Amino acid sequence: MSEALRLAWRRAAAAGLILVLTAPAALCAADEPLAENGGAAPWWIWPPILLVFCFVLGVVAVLAGVGGGVLYVPLVGGFFPFHIDFVRGAGLMVALAGALAAGPGLLRRNLASLRLALPVALVASTCAIAGAMLGLYLSALDPLIVQACLGFTITGIGVLLLLSKNTEKPVVSKQDAMSLAFGLSGTYFDVGMKERVEWKTHRTLLGLALFIIIGLLAGLFGLGAGWANVPVLNLVMGAPIKVSVATSKFLLSITDTSAAWVYLNRGCVIPLIAVPSIVGLMLGSLVGVRLLTVVKPRLIRRMVIVVLFFAGLRAIDRGLGLGLLG
Amino acid sequence: MAGEHDAACASPREQIIYANMLLLGVWLGLFALLVTYTVYLTGLLPSAVPIAEVTQHWDKGVDEYLAVTGLSTGWSWAGRLNQGDFLNYVPFALLGLTSIVCYLVLLANYVQARNRTFSVMVALEILVLSVAASGILGGGGH
Repeated sequence: MSEALRLAWRRAAAAGLILVLTAPAALCAADEPLAENGGAAPWWIWPPILLVFCFVLGVVAVLAGVGGGVLYVPLVGGFFPFHIDFVRGAGLMVALAGALAAGPGLLRRNLASLRLALPVALVASTCAIAGAMLGLYLSALDPLIVQACLGFTITGIGVLLLLSKNTEKPVVSKQDAMSLAFGLSGTYFDVGMKERVEWKTHRTLLGLALFIIIGLLAGLFGLGAGWANVPVLNLVMGAPIKVSVATSKFLLSITDTSAAWVYLNRGCVIPLIAVPSIVGLMLGSLVGVRLLTVVKPRLIRRMVIVVLFFAGLRAIDRGLGLGLLG
Repeated sequence: MAGEHDAACASPREQIIYANMLLLGVWLGLFALLVTYTVYLTGLLPSAVPIAEVTQHWDKGVDEYLAVTGLSTGWSWAGRLNQGDFLNYVPFALLGLTSIVCYLVLLANYVQARNRTFSVMVALEILVLSVAASGILGGGGH
């Protein structure tokens, strides 16, 4: 009986997810002027639609183990009538608010390491500013360039999520000189395993070099960058997966701050779009954490990968003007 | 036996201070976000750009949007907080300034501890974030 209920719950959740994720597209397809400028619909429709949509995104993001920004930008950019400039601005505010809210708990539990985050944040946040400025420049030249680049990046993230195999506790036999100088090591208590875990990092220079690219992409597309932070911290620098995930989340609160200010100062953050998005995603994240115990994260993760591929290919299609996906 | 409260597993002092400052900033920002958005949507304060007009132009690129709505960039909003739409920028700024404030506290700690490497690193980060926040890089061009 409980198995049948669980199956029904999963089917209902999957159907609900697809329905909500595709609702804006259906809305836009049914009423073309709405998609063109939003003028056909009364303004008060948009905050609740965004709130519900982002609530679902928040739930899904937690269950799939990805940041909200990486789902927000391609999906809202692809299915809502907002210009990509405002979607990226709101996306950065969404990622920033989520990272700021998660930071205190992760730092107090010593899962996020301030020492590990500081040098990485300096590189990533500097490059995020450059990325944000480049994004706005390209967008002013031709927004389709940004759409196409975003599409390729999102499709790449889908491939990365599909193929990446994180290591729970990478073996670091010897710390490099930079890691030693910065004191990039620590100890945390793993509640699940009921054991003390000591960790240290290596290949610091390579890791920092990769964060140049990550910072650029985060600023360029307003994505947040947890999808890239975690593999670099875990697979390249050798931090345990729990430390990598937590430090990555905390790191976004600094990286996204620099890029968010560039977008904010350029007028790319429209409160009508950004506020319900932030609130919806944060509420969804809270519910998502509770649902983690009853839903199979692997199933959700697969669905998210499919959605990312679809959103990425659609952005490429729009950016290159192929018109294959509508 | 090792446990959650094992001294070796405890967060460093500066990390706890940073976490406390961050928590305060987040709660202030989120509370302000809900209050200012309510003021905006209910029309308690007049908006520089009527909400209905915002929805008519949000499909345009930011340059065109600013041109048709007559809005300006950078910190100009700070002088127009008597308008509902600009009031919403207060919580955005609070969220954006939280990390800078945390870093300032962190800098004081590292300077006090005479940790030169991290003092320089934190000072540079404050510089980077402050330049981004100042609008020098992103606010021009209009």
